[in-house]
Amino acid sequence: MTVQTRLAPATGANLTTDVVDAREEHHDAASTTTLGFWIYLMSDCILFAALFASFAVLRNQTAGGPDAREIFSLPYVAVETGCLLLSSFTYGMAMIEAERRRQAAVLGWLGITLLLGFAFLGMEVHEFSKLVSEGAGPDRSGFLSAFFTLVGTHGLHVTSGMIWMVVLIAHILRRGLTQTNQTRLACLSLFWHFLDVVWIGVFTVVYLMGVA
Amino acid sequence: MEGSQAMLPAHGRDHMGAGQNAVRMYVTGFVLSILLTAVPFALVMSGVAPAAAAVPACIGLGVVQIVVHLVYFLHMDGSSDQAWNTAALIFTIIVVGILITGSLWVMYHLNVNMMPGMMPPE
Repeated sequence: MTVQTRLAPATGANLTTDVVDAREEHHDAASTTTLGFWIYLMSDCILFAALFASFAVLRNQTAGGPDAREIFSLPYVAVETGCLLLSSFTYGMAMIEAERRRQAAVLGWLGITLLLGFAFLGMEVHEFSKLVSEGAGPDRSGFLSAFFTLVGTHGLHVTSGMIWMVVLIAHILRRGLTQTNQTRLACLSLFWHFLDVVWIGVFTVVYLMGVA
Repeated sequence: MEGSQAMLPAHGRDHMGAGQNAVRMYVTGFVLSILLTAVPFALVMSGVAPAAAAVPACIGLGVVQIVVHLVYFLHMDGSSDQAWNTAALIFTIIVVGILITGSLWVMYHLNVNMMPGMMPPE
């Protein structure tokens, strides 16, 4: 697209096209970055599919240990789900404010998203430690190994998303809503919504189908 | 994906107008998601339906909710500037389908054929 412009001598006549091309190139870089990030998310999907498949295969292999009905509390999981779903919505609000270039509002919504992420993660850690203390840890049965691996991997993703969010808030505080920070915000948006999509699979396959 | 929606600064678009529209998208998606989460939870927690009916209903509602998220939160609309995103997603869905149904199919037959004594009584 810009090869010819780059080869051409930078005369006054070319200046306008140069400026236009530079902006288009920048626009392209941003959408290429988000497409690349999307491809990463798709490969992450396949990672989760493998974990879902092993869970589905092992969900009845309790080896005489507790089964899903004995260890899962659906009201607890419903609150967890609500936190994550609400955080997806508040992140969406941050994206809208970013488009309106209202930095304070972006930071506010990101802060709320972070708190909801913390609430979700705290509930999950509490559930895990309770199970381990009751002797229903990942070493108890195939079912529990698969459960801890699947849900734990999702929890690790949420943790990294939250670390990323803290770093991004620092970036925005330092440099404002620059084009680069907008692209980062967009990639994290994809990541955060993706984690909520994976969680739909988790609460359906692990919790609801386990207790039903 | 959000490429043309909320992701990049809109070029030559009415910012506030686009914002209002985007807010409506997120609110619609959020309300639909709440409903699509509350119904399967209520179904299982109340125990009104037997497992044979509740499980397919949960799976169906889960799939619908994933589509709601893709459309309202990730702004996928199948437009031509998202062609590569859509292609990657369709390819991934095919791989995920093969992976999950293949694993279940193979392991089911392995259990039936190799360890008849260890199968739980159906």
